[in-house]
Amino acid sequence: MLKPSADATRFQRASDQSLLVYFGHQITLEAHDRIRKLLRLLEMEPIAGVRNLHPAYCSVLIKFDPLHRDHDELEQILLRYIEGLENVSLPQPREVEIPVCYGGEHGPDLNEVSAIHSMSPEQVVALHSSTSYLVYFLGFVPGFAYLGGLPEALLTPRLATPRRIVPAGSVGIAGNQTGIYPVATPGGWRLLGRTPIPMFRPDRNDLSFLSIGNRVRFMPISPEKFAALERA
Amino acid sequence: MNEIHVQAPGLLTTVQDLGREGFGPLGVSPSGAADPVSLRLGNRLVSNPQGAAALEMTLLGGTFLFAQRAIIALTGSDFGATTDGMPLDHSSAVEVSRGQTVRVGSTRSGARCYLCIQGGIVVKPFLGSCSTHLLSGLGGYEGRALRKGDVLRIRPEIAPFRKRTIVARASEQLSPRKVLRVTPGPQSDWFPEPSLQAFYAGMYRVAEESNRMGLRLEGQPIARESAGDMITEGVSIGAVQITAGGLPIILFVEQQTTGGYAKIANVISADLHSLGQLRPRDEIRFEQVEWEMARSLLQEQEKLLASEDLILE
Repeated sequence: MLKPSADATRFQRASDQSLLVYFGHQITLEAHDRIRKLLRLLEMEPIAGVRNLHPAYCSVLIKFDPLHRDHDELEQILLRYIEGLENVSLPQPREVEIPVCYGGEHGPDLNEVSAIHSMSPEQVVALHSSTSYLVYFLGFVPGFAYLGGLPEALLTPRLATPRRIVPAGSVGIAGNQTGIYPVATPGGWRLLGRTPIPMFRPDRNDLSFLSIGNRVRFMPISPEKFAALERA
Repeated sequence: MNEIHVQAPGLLTTVQDLGREGFGPLGVSPSGAADPVSLRLGNRLVSNPQGAAALEMTLLGGTFLFAQRAIIALTGSDFGATTDGMPLDHSSAVEVSRGQTVRVGSTRSGARCYLCIQGGIVVKPFLGSCSTHLLSGLGGYEGRALRKGDVLRIRPEIAPFRKRTIVARASEQLSPRKVLRVTPGPQSDWFPEPSLQAFYAGMYRVAEESNRMGLRLEGQPIARESAGDMITEGVSIGAVQITAGGLPIILFVEQQTTGGYAKIANVISADLHSLGQLRPRDEIRFEQVEWEMARSLLQEQEKLLASEDLILE
């Protein structure tokens, strides 16, 4: 089933109606670039019978209509697309600032995370908001951005027992990841703060506040500012 | 526009069609009917397009007052529906008079019963589909399950009433299975031979916490080889994930679009509708089939669903 091909691209059948394309097996900027290029190419020149795409760190799951396509045929077509990836150009990454109210009721785990790393809460906030993060992809639930680039000093294991409900807008960390919960869901990430900006906006054309490839910075705000923005 | 008044919503009743494909890059899963075969059959009985929006009831049905005459069909599991105390035929087109109330009872076999109405339920489509995505509160009727007092709008009917029923032989062929056929999952080689054997030999019980996102199973935990960490990747509907504790979760219609657990197997497309009829405490098994077999089973199913002989007039 495993077919090595050009540039460490590998195909793997995931189900009778889906195929995984792997660009290596590590989270790298190169793999991320190739995924974005493949998505762009598939958007410009759609393959008949392809129904859905689930991009991730170094793979894309391609869902197809099994009555009109089979895995082998799709692999052959995709190989041609992949050979042409070099010629696809990507737009300059969009830079996005997200206001976050850290600590208190909005960030119930800030103190514990500080204790784990023997830092003050202020230091954790400074560190978390000091760097620019890359949106590797959106997945899991509508509008959830997988952000890479968490400073190593903040690497923190997830909660032993996930919360039954995490409020929408919560900003959390888990392992070497950080992210924002777009909708209230159960979750095991440690919550540092919360943003009043809706991450998923079903009433707008650009449904998701963040897109694949964006660069994100968190900007600390006060509880008062949070309340004002939430009302706006 | 015609109307249906919800007098009692039942346990979990939502507006569903065949779902919205194509929004995986935004993290939006298709949703749609948990048993799309039953939805399609019901819509055929009332002369609707097969993907018209209908009501999906779970374990316990609702009570609905029809403000106008309507042609309806109940499909999926037979929950024992009545109108004015008289039993209503299941898997058949039936006529409901103006002012009549349809009371749907509770499960006798599977988890879901569909109420399809000629003309279809009218709600504002979200991303091209009328289906409710409960987790994110999107689509369907205000993004939520129905409540007492809700009023559903129905497109005025177009076709005359014809007494129609699903041919018994077809119902039997399409009836839900408890032995789910699967193809190998993308990480099936992460599991040592004894684990794979245990998985295919074992009986699993559907846990109470199962829902439209996923079916949690209880039974013999499956051990994994101490291989490397999974990197989060796209996941398919019907994927059988083995969680850290070794128990399987089958991803379903409101699935997460990406995940970080190893997948041992994937339910074949032809058996996905069976997942929609599983109830908590039901016992299931897995049976591996060849890729070619998965394909031909789906072709057969689609051929049957498209055939003229499916319906008896």
